[in-house]
Amino acid sequence: MAGHTQSSGRPNQWLRNLNAKIASVPMILTAVVIFLGGTIWTVVYSFTNSKLLPRLTFVGFDQYERLWDAPRWLVSVQNLAIYGIFSLIFSLVIGFVLAALMDQKIRFENTFRTIMLYPFALSFIVTGLVWQWLLNPEFGIQSVVRSLGWETFTFDPLYNADIVIYGILIAALWQGTGLVMCLMLAGLRGIDEDIWKAARVDGIPMWKTYIFVIIPMMRGVFITTLVIIASGIVKVYDLVVAQTSGGPGIASEVPAKYVYDYMFQAQNLGQGFAASTMMLITVAIIIVPWAYLEFGGGRKRV
Amino acid sequence: MKLRSFAAMLATAVALPLGAASAADLEVTHWWTSGGEAAAVAELAKAFDATGNHWVDGAIAGSGGTARPIMISRITGGDPMGATQFNHGRQAEELVQAGLMRDLTDVATREKWKDIVKPASLLDSCTIDGKIYCAPVNIHSWQWLWLSNAAFKTAGVDVPKNWDEFVAAAPALEKAGIVPLAVGGQPWQAAGAFDVLMVAIAGKDTFQKVFGDKDEDVAAGPEIAKVFKAADDARRMSKGTNVQDWNQATNMVITGKAGGQIMGDWAQGEFALAGQKAGTDYTCLPGLGVNEIISTGGDAFYFPLLKDEEKSKAQEALASTLLDPKTQVAFNLKKGSLPVRGDVDLAAANDCMKKGLDILAKGNVIQGTDQLLSADSQKQKEDLFSEFFANPSITPEDAQKRFADIIANAE
Repeated sequence: MAGHTQSSGRPNQWLRNLNAKIASVPMILTAVVIFLGGTIWTVVYSFTNSKLLPRLTFVGFDQYERLWDAPRWLVSVQNLAIYGIFSLIFSLVIGFVLAALMDQKIRFENTFRTIMLYPFALSFIVTGLVWQWLLNPEFGIQSVVRSLGWETFTFDPLYNADIVIYGILIAALWQGTGLVMCLMLAGLRGIDEDIWKAARVDGIPMWKTYIFVIIPMMRGVFITTLVIIASGIVKVYDLVVAQTSGGPGIASEVPAKYVYDYMFQAQNLGQGFAASTMMLITVAIIIVPWAYLEFGGGRKRV
Repeated sequence: MKLRSFAAMLATAVALPLGAASAADLEVTHWWTSGGEAAAVAELAKAFDATGNHWVDGAIAGSGGTARPIMISRITGGDPMGATQFNHGRQAEELVQAGLMRDLTDVATREKWKDIVKPASLLDSCTIDGKIYCAPVNIHSWQWLWLSNAAFKTAGVDVPKNWDEFVAAAPALEKAGIVPLAVGGQPWQAAGAFDVLMVAIAGKDTFQKVFGDKDEDVAAGPEIAKVFKAADDARRMSKGTNVQDWNQATNMVITGKAGGQIMGDWAQGEFALAGQKAGTDYTCLPGLGVNEIISTGGDAFYFPLLKDEEKSKAQEALASTLLDPKTQVAFNLKKGSLPVRGDVDLAAANDCMKKGLDILAKGNVIQGTDQLLSADSQKQKEDLFSEFFANPSITPEDAQKRFADIIANAE
């Protein structure tokens, strides 16, 4: 930027830290060519009628019109909204509460932390299968409760089109809250002891201290957590495939699955690209204003 | 025995990298993984190994919907296998047009496929711009209703002879705690069942007009409305199936937990594997007992263009092995499908297969939907019918409107 203002005696700005710059060339290339290039390529081809193989025959917004006419896409978007909102709220709330409880200097904290974090070590496919079995009415929770004597007990979310997405949400929360808890716990540990002492001296109840003092101080941790959860939400795919394959009918379809199915099973790349471009736009709508507030806007907040 | 075959496998695994054998190893990918299917594919491997080459099995589990994307991305991604299964028809159309598949016209003329393959439409589906690109191996027809004799006995009603009797018997089955009609959760099953109902109820000409000519007026018309009415019955009868895979649904029929299933003749392999006998343990009704017409879709092997000369030669050997009369008989008996050549003797065929051969000889055949519709339209149809079958709140009228839209936009 300020290259011409530097004194002639200093070496060229571009050559400073040359080793580090050379070392980062592969990553820069990857980012530009693969991420940015791939994204642009996808968006361009979403305006074509590519079928099995990409073809540059432009058809305008046809793919998008068809996309927003397709009942399956609409169901997918709706499911993602429900899943997204609830998983965001619940994993933040449950994760924070667990972390706050864990922060009370309890005994065996390590053990509890390991147990809570354990599900996160499993892949979504395994989580999906485990919960598919647990929620199966013939040998899961329902049959256990029935065998205990409650003959009419019914709990089969995966086979009920109206609530199937909540069945998937349960599995996602089971897997994801452990990580949120750990992040939150790390944030809580970073709070200075003196703040707690000051609050106690002032006679502020503990819950008030948490909400009005501690949480605002943990802003950075919350934002990190939010980004991790949100990226997990948009790309949810394997969990659905393992638990329901989108069923019953199309009741638990999600956008990522629509993209895959139309690109590869229906051999209609254009349609799949249009759907993935819509996903990109959704992410951009959420990320851009936030990034602007966080990194731009002139004033620096820490 | 097990140990020895394991040892043999190890031995081949060691021998493979040496590549000393003059004949080539050919990787063949397919999605035949259920019990009956695996037994059938072993016959193909045996016949091919007998030519001195080596069959490297590349089975991909999870039915065609899962397997095809993997196969296609291997071919388009520059890592082609030696040969691969597709349903002949339009699934590989673009791969051929892009010049990725091998032209088999030489082999076909040498072995006179034009004369031996019956019905001729099978070879037509392999032909693009006058060149032959695939070797058909079997004929599969969708139009079968499989009924469990035991289930009807439990319910105290006679085994139905056609679709209407079956619908009438449904309440009795339900009272006995039996699901009348098993329809698995995989989307293609619901879509396939609808196609079968269409042939049976609306007839051959309507089927051809809708899927062949893509006539949207017919698709929105009264004939198809009747079909949707029947699909509505089927939807009611399938409530409580709760399984995903087709063979699990077939298993419900085998064990008498379900009254019947609309499924292609590949279901027969499962009945055979379970030791059941046609006529006494189960009953098959071609064309749902209404309209005895079968479709002639099926499986074919396509051969990607390879640079390796040895492997190309092995491809030719495989192509001619697949249509060899002996292989045809051995394979199709295990698979429960019909042979692609009219001149082989299927004396060992069971009742159901004989019924199928009979219909085939009479020429009461239609093309399969895989041959008539693009994969894209098929997928849209699957979305519609899997939703329709799972969600009772969609009226048959609404579904028909959406169906007509799909046909109007089909290529």
